Amino acid sequence: MHSTMPPSATIPPRSRRPPPSRRAFRTVLPGFGISLAITSLVIVSLVIFPLAVLFLRAASLGPAGFLAAAWTPRARAAYAVSLGASLAAAGMSSLVGLLVAWVLVRLEFPGRRILDALVDVPLALPTAVAGLVYSTLYVEKGWLGQWLVPLGIHGAYSRLGIVLVLVFVSLPFAVRVVQPVIESLDKDTEEAARLLGASRSQTFLRVVLPGILPAVVTGFALALARSLGEYGSVVFISGNMPFKTEIAPVLIVSRLEEFAYAEATAIAVVLLAMSLAMLVVVNVLQQRLVRNSQ
Amino acid sequence: MSIGVHGVSKSFGTFQALENVSLDIPHGTLLALLGPSGSGKTTLLRIIAGLEGPDAGRIEEDGQDITNRHARQREVGFVFQHYALFRHMSVFENIAFGMRVRKAPAAEITSRVEELLHLVRLDGLGARKPAQLSGGQRQRVALARALAIRPRILLLDEPFGALDAKVRVELRQWLRRLHDEIGMTSIFVTHDQEEAFELADEVVVMNHGRIEQRGKPDEVFDKPATPFVMDFLGNVNLFHGRVENGRAFWHGVPIDYPDYPHAQSRPARVYLRPHELDIARTGTAAPGGLGGALAAAAQSLPATVVRLTRTGAMTRITCQTGDASHELHVDLPSAVAREIAFQPGDSVAITPRHVRVFLPDPEYVI
Repeated sequence: MHSTMPPSATIPPRSRRPPPSRRAFRTVLPGFGISLAITSLVIVSLVIFPLAVLFLRAASLGPAGFLAAAWTPRARAAYAVSLGASLAAAGMSSLVGLLVAWVLVRLEFPGRRILDALVDVPLALPTAVAGLVYSTLYVEKGWLGQWLVPLGIHGAYSRLGIVLVLVFVSLPFAVRVVQPVIESLDKDTEEAARLLGASRSQTFLRVVLPGILPAVVTGFALALARSLGEYGSVVFISGNMPFKTEIAPVLIVSRLEEFAYAEATAIAVVLLAMSLAMLVVVNVLQQRLVRNSQ
Repeated sequence: MSIGVHGVSKSFGTFQALENVSLDIPHGTLLALLGPSGSGKTTLLRIIAGLEGPDAGRIEEDGQDITNRHARQREVGFVFQHYALFRHMSVFENIAFGMRVRKAPAAEITSRVEELLHLVRLDGLGARKPAQLSGGQRQRVALARALAIRPRILLLDEPFGALDAKVRVELRQWLRRLHDEIGMTSIFVTHDQEEAFELADEVVVMNHGRIEQRGKPDEVFDKPATPFVMDFLGNVNLFHGRVENGRAFWHGVPIDYPDYPHAQSRPARVYLRPHELDIARTGTAAPGGLGGALAAAAQSLPATVVRLTRTGAMTRITCQTGDASHELHVDLPSAVAREIAFQPGDSVAITPRHVRVFLPDPEYVI
């Protein structure tokens, strides 16, 4: 019976379907086209389009008007405070974050899980609350201020205050980026270094640190980006004194309150350009570290 | 450098990793710690290295107590299973590390590293990163790094475990030659008996945190001290039989066993190694015919061939006992097996050349 059937009938009609494209061979999971489309749509509608509007609005001022709005002495001072405080805060967050991540991964102690959960609190808390609490603590009559102010340490209405709240809001990024890298560290290499006669500090500096430095730098970049854009906490603790403790985002808002929308966008464009430039520098550094460590 | 381990115990939580282990390792010995995972062999090695401290007992070096000496001061070379190379450093810097932290002069470091690269046959690869090397090359770098500090003892934790079979055999032979050249006391951990027997001067078989047997490879293989060693050395046919009057009975086949001259019958375990069995075809004669007569005459067991499996130079013949209750394996050189041309279904007679009988621990009855 079976043998009487024409052979072609038993062969599936493979030839009717077009041969799969090359791309289909290269990826294991389907849906390359649709996922790229969704990604592009999200990036364009959420990031690129609003930024384009920002640039267009700033461009409406013309070159002279743009400079007049975005490059005033007060604006330049605000950029300097923003960049300086953010760099300082990102640096501190990276160092403290490395320590916190190390303690959370490597040490066993009661309450470790609670501490681990607390790391994320700054992400959930409205940052304005943090700003208010910090300023209450550090003013001359505050719990901490009553001891610190006589020593000349002004934690409220000062640049130090700005750095403090920026460390608070950016610390989770610095911790969470480094933590998994420390978890994945090969403890054998530390033991190998010790057996070869390295001291604790030599083991850390020469063997452990090179492995986690790329992650520390990534954490620095995230903390920096977070700090540059922060507004809510800073506005409550800095005192917003022009030329002293006024940061660029606060200046933008005060321009908005004067209904000077184009001027506000001009300052935003400069802030954005500076942030991008710094993030590019940090990323290049990070890439170089990754290459070196492999 | 001789090493003494005296009454060392170690537990991790409720897990007893080592239980009162004592071991003397004379200078220049290449010793294998052999055992299944969880037998405590790696823990023992790490205690000798100073990476773990024993809960009880002490470690001696040339009779001097070094139990509390830190790993950093023990001057041991240690090779890890997964190499543990410093990924961000070149091969050169990996090997130089121990000398750099000792602040050796640069010229001395350069010449020593070049010498070691030559020794491990990696000349010219000093500038490479570990990621650019094969597994075998990485392990040789790890070895060169361990040797760079001129250690007094060399400890290797499953040094070939992560390598493929061919590289493993090569590195093994190379390590043996290296050991003979340098002549320092070396201890390596392995779960591979072939590795232990091929490489080591002495083998220590461990199980459940205790030493089951220690001896030269031949002694351990030919005279397993305990059922565990017999089992662990692998490929044995195990039968539950009984002993009485100086004979053990294996499926009714009597085997001389003078160690038990008593009349009272006791259960015993009978171990037969596949390569210590003779197998002969008895034709297709019915049981009780020619085959049965032969079997009885030569203290052999009638059986039926089930299948043949060729594993390189040896062929394993799986047989079923006459009453179909047990399977047993017989190993023959493949050339011999081909000549006799056994087929599944053939009736055969199996004669043990050598049998080991272990009695369970005696139960004393008052």
